[in-house]
This record gives sequence, structure tokens and C-alpha cells, in this order.
Amino acid sequence: MIPLHWYLLVAAGLFVLGLYGVLARRNAVAILMSIELMLNAVNINLVAFWRYLAPEALNGQVFAVFVFAVAAAEAAVGLALIISIYRNRQTVIAEDVNMLKW
Amino acid sequence: MTITPVTIAFAIMAIFALGGGLGVVANRNLVHAALFLVLSLFGIAGLFVLLEAPFLAAVQVLVYVGAISVLITITIMVTRRIMGITETINRQWPVAAIAAALTLVTLGFVILSQFSGQMPVADVPPDTIARMGAAFASHQGYMLPFEVASVLLLAALIGAIVVARD
Repeated sequence: MIPLHWYLLVAAGLFVLGLYGVLARRNAVAILMSIELMLNAVNINLVAFWRYLAPEALNGQVFAVFVFAVAAAEAAVGLALIISIYRNRQTVIAEDVNMLKW
Repeated sequence: MTITPVTIAFAIMAIFALGGGLGVVANRNLVHAALFLVLSLFGIAGLFVLLEAPFLAAVQVLVYVGAISVLITITIMVTRRIMGITETINRQWPVAAIAAALTLVTLGFVILSQFSGQMPVADVPPDTIARMGAAFASHQGYMLPFEVASVLLLAALIGAIVVARD
């Protein structure tokens, strides 16, 4: 059997990779892909804790299902926003969309 | 630690997940990054199977690989720039790398100090998926969050259509 901390370390690694991608990439679609990586890391954590600490309860898996739903909704709206920004400003570089910067 | 087939399967799925993640954040070509994201999501679905949550593995493949990755690829193709290759990382990437490294060290420290060597406390009941389905439809279960999630998805659907319209 695999100890729990291997799963948690994989999830932490994925989360940190997604964090670096969100902060360091310029393209808005790449930032959204990194956000999806972070959400998947959270899902791995939820299911690992459910399996190893409370497998009779349903809370862990149900929580993961709701994270799926929210992530799908957020990805759809975020990508629609990016398409709209591209139509109006002809760019998807995040730092070029700077009209609200002081 | 003994090397069992489960350990080898976990190693393969973890390499898919982490390698795909590395490909997403480090690749200059956006389409390659999207394909690496698909590889990572398949690895995570394999991890769900190893964690004895086959329903979640199926939902992961259907929703993430089947819908969200396709949506991301369509968006990449719609927002293609005609000019040449630009920089993929911005000017604050050293700060980002330091923040990510600090986060990884903190998380690793907490994980290894609290959960090192933890084994499953019990077996998964065989009727888990049936109980989950019944719980989504019962008043004492998760019917209310289920309906709220449906309203959220409806709002996201309408919002995405309105925002992306001409």
C-alpha cells in the first residue's frame, strides 16, 4: 500500500507548479490552465484524505464532485472573457490589459 | 518499501501528473501546453482510480479532458496571434519562483511532519457510489448543494454566452 504522504506530496507539487504558472506566465489562457492545475491538486488532496482517513463518509467525494462543477463553470466563464477581450483589444497578454492600472 | 504493482502504477500516474504540469507552465508553444494539460489530467484520473474512487476518475475524464480541455484548445485557436513568438514568462518570474519554492517547502514540511506513513484506516464500502447517488437526491443528504450547483452552472452557461457574443 502507498502511504498517504505520497499522494499529498504529488498534490502539493501540482499546486506549486500551478502557482508558478499563474504568477509567471503572460498569456491569459496559460494562466487559466495553471488555475485548473491548482484545482486538480486540491481534488487529489480531498480524495486522498477521504480514502485514508474517513472512507465510510461521503463528504470527501461529494466535495470533490462540487469542486469539479465549480471549476467547469469558472473555466467556461473565464475563457468567454478571454475571447471577448481578444475581440476588443486583439491581445491575450495579461499585462497588456491594463486600463485599470494606476 | 516493497515495490508492488500498485507502487509502479502510482509512480507512472504521478509522473504523468507532475510531468504534464511542468509541461503546462514551461512550454513556449500554447498548443503543446494544452496537450500537456491533457496528459496531466489523465494522470490525475489514474490517481483517482488508485484511490478507489472510480466514479471520480470517470467524471474527471468526462468533464476535464472531454469538456474543459476542448474549450481551452478552442480558445487557444480563436485567440491566435499572427505575429511571431513572444516571451512566455513575464518580468516577475524570479519572485514567482521564490514564492512557489517557499510554498512547496512549507507544504512539504507540514505533510511530512503530520501524515508521514499514514495508512488507510478502513476499507471503502462496496456500495459507496450507490449511497452517493442516493445522497444527492435526499433531503438529509446533498440535495440543496446539488440544486445550487445546477443554478451556478446555468448562470455560468448564460454568462459565457452573453460575454462571448459578438
